[in-house]
Amino acid sequence: MSLAVLYDSTKCVGCRECERACSGKWGLPYNEAIAAREVLSEHKLTTIVTRGERYARRMCMHCNQPTCVSVCPVAALQKTEAGPVVYDEKRCMGCRYCMLACPFQVPVYEWTRTQPKVKKCDMCFERLMAGKPTTCSEACPTGATITGRREELLHEALHRLATNPKDYWQRIYGRREVGGASVLMIAAAPPEELGLKANLPQHPLPLLTWQALSFVPDVVGVGSALLGGVYWITHRREEVAAAEGRKPGKDVGR
Amino acid sequence: MTKLLRWPSTFWRALFVLILAGGAYATYVRAFYGLGASTNLSDQFPWGLWIGFDVLCGVGLAAGGFTLAASVHIFNLRRYKPIVRPAILTAFLGYMLVILALLFDLGRPYRIWHPLVMWNPRSVMFEVAWCVTLYTTVLALEFAPVVLERFGLYEPLKWIRRVMIPLVIAGVILSTLHQSSLGSLYLIVPEKLHPLWYTPLLPVFFFVSAITVGLAMTIFESWHSSKAFGRQLELPLLDGMARLLAVLLLVCLVIRFLDLARRGVLALALEGRMESWLFLLEVSLATAPMLLLFRSRVRANPSALYACAVMVIFAFVAHRLNVSVTGMQASSGVEYVPKWTEAMVTLSIIALGFAVFRFAAKYLPVFERAKEEPLPAPEPAAQPASELAPGD
Repeated sequence: MSLAVLYDSTKCVGCRECERACSGKWGLPYNEAIAAREVLSEHKLTTIVTRGERYARRMCMHCNQPTCVSVCPVAALQKTEAGPVVYDEKRCMGCRYCMLACPFQVPVYEWTRTQPKVKKCDMCFERLMAGKPTTCSEACPTGATITGRREELLHEALHRLATNPKDYWQRIYGRREVGGASVLMIAAAPPEELGLKANLPQHPLPLLTWQALSFVPDVVGVGSALLGGVYWITHRREEVAAAEGRKPGKDVGR
Repeated sequence: MTKLLRWPSTFWRALFVLILAGGAYATYVRAFYGLGASTNLSDQFPWGLWIGFDVLCGVGLAAGGFTLAASVHIFNLRRYKPIVRPAILTAFLGYMLVILALLFDLGRPYRIWHPLVMWNPRSVMFEVAWCVTLYTTVLALEFAPVVLERFGLYEPLKWIRRVMIPLVIAGVILSTLHQSSLGSLYLIVPEKLHPLWYTPLLPVFFFVSAITVGLAMTIFESWHSSKAFGRQLELPLLDGMARLLAVLLLVCLVIRFLDLARRGVLALALEGRMESWLFLLEVSLATAPMLLLFRSRVRANPSALYACAVMVIFAFVAHRLNVSVTGMQASSGVEYVPKWTEAMVTLSIIALGFAVFRFAAKYLPVFERAKEEPLPAPEPAAQPASELAPGD
């Protein structure tokens, strides 16, 4: 079972009910000032982005192979089988590598606290487990945000693009970006016009660091053998010299 | 001996106190009001000066320890023996200061040990955490003979000497791993780091540049300690290192330009943007000392040699800050300039490094004893050459 969220920008009217409901769920204060700042922050974990007549939504994309999960040195972030990427605050030491690495610039930090946590949307993991839709899907009055199985939502999105080709930019954001995500977005305009990251590769980013890390055993094995060998050779010459009653040269190893 | 006990001038002492006072205030703000109050970091720019300079540069600047230990104890280049101890001391202090800086930067510093028990072997940061922990332990053991000798504890000294060669080998491997991995940290941000710095070769650059700056640091501190303690500068030794330094700089620059050319981004260097100028600055800071150090007149002149070492250190710092701070600026969408409290903490850490090094060099047998002093070693005098400790 892999669950997902589909956001259809063409159905969004910018009422921000998703933001309000989300803040309510996390117990965060929500007011006009917070609503007006269209950025993810410790005050809101999802935001509507207004671009003229059009809207976009920013939230955690819940990548299939999440960058944040791969970089976290203490495994505080995990991709669940159901789809959501969840965060365990008890493990987190606050290195903020997830924030640096996230290609969607999603995780935020409690900068003003002395015991800060990372914050991000968890796709209402507990609600999903209870068979309920995400808080934002439930709050959305126009059906712009819906929850469902990923394959079904993908199918639905493709269907909408095909039936009303003039209304949509013909691609699904989150389908292939960095290897695909559990949040899918469709809109009338390409992502860069809606304030979303557009220059993302199609392959999962963790591959990049994994390639480098896979050399670790080689460095250890070859390194030990090589250094041990060099030591044996350079000091063997001394032993020979001593046995022959000569004084060892100055830089024997050269 | 009287020169040895001479204190630095009043100016430096006053500056030192001033910096530490600022650092103490910054520490107070950091501890009681959090990262938001003490730094200019933000959700868009989560890593700043403390990671970019204190950690990334700090670890690199301490790389002289493993290269010199390997040269003397593995490659048997024995004439470099007199400068192994100061290099290991620098490395050990360097790593302690890096850990100290991390305590400032981590949101919850009291959880710094978490990576040791909560594993994620897919994370570069996890690997770095383990390597730095292990290597700091190795450095402590490599430096231990100096302390043990000072207090005449010959029994444990014997034990340490017995495992010294495996320790040095472990130190070289751990260093190779984490020096390069600091570069691998940034492999994950291909679309955020400016193309003049993002390359799949980042781990290679971080490793080679660490070895290069390790040499420059050794020259730098030899010069300083010769001034401070009125010792003769080991010019013949430094000449050998300066030659290697020139060659390594050439290698760095050749790989740098080949990589830029192959990725087709060389033209970005002449775009006239902030990044282009910073790149040109970084490259000229490496090219100038390289050209100079190929001349024997320069290598024989202590002041010129010192100036070259300083330029190499600046080139290195420029590269690491370009990767970690300025190269990340454009994609982040915000302007990050360190807050004065951030700068104060960094300056305090540098000042602390100088002070502790000076203190250790004064009271511990770090530098080779003067010839006329009798050797106070009653027991381990008959150590065969092959069992010499890096501290020797």
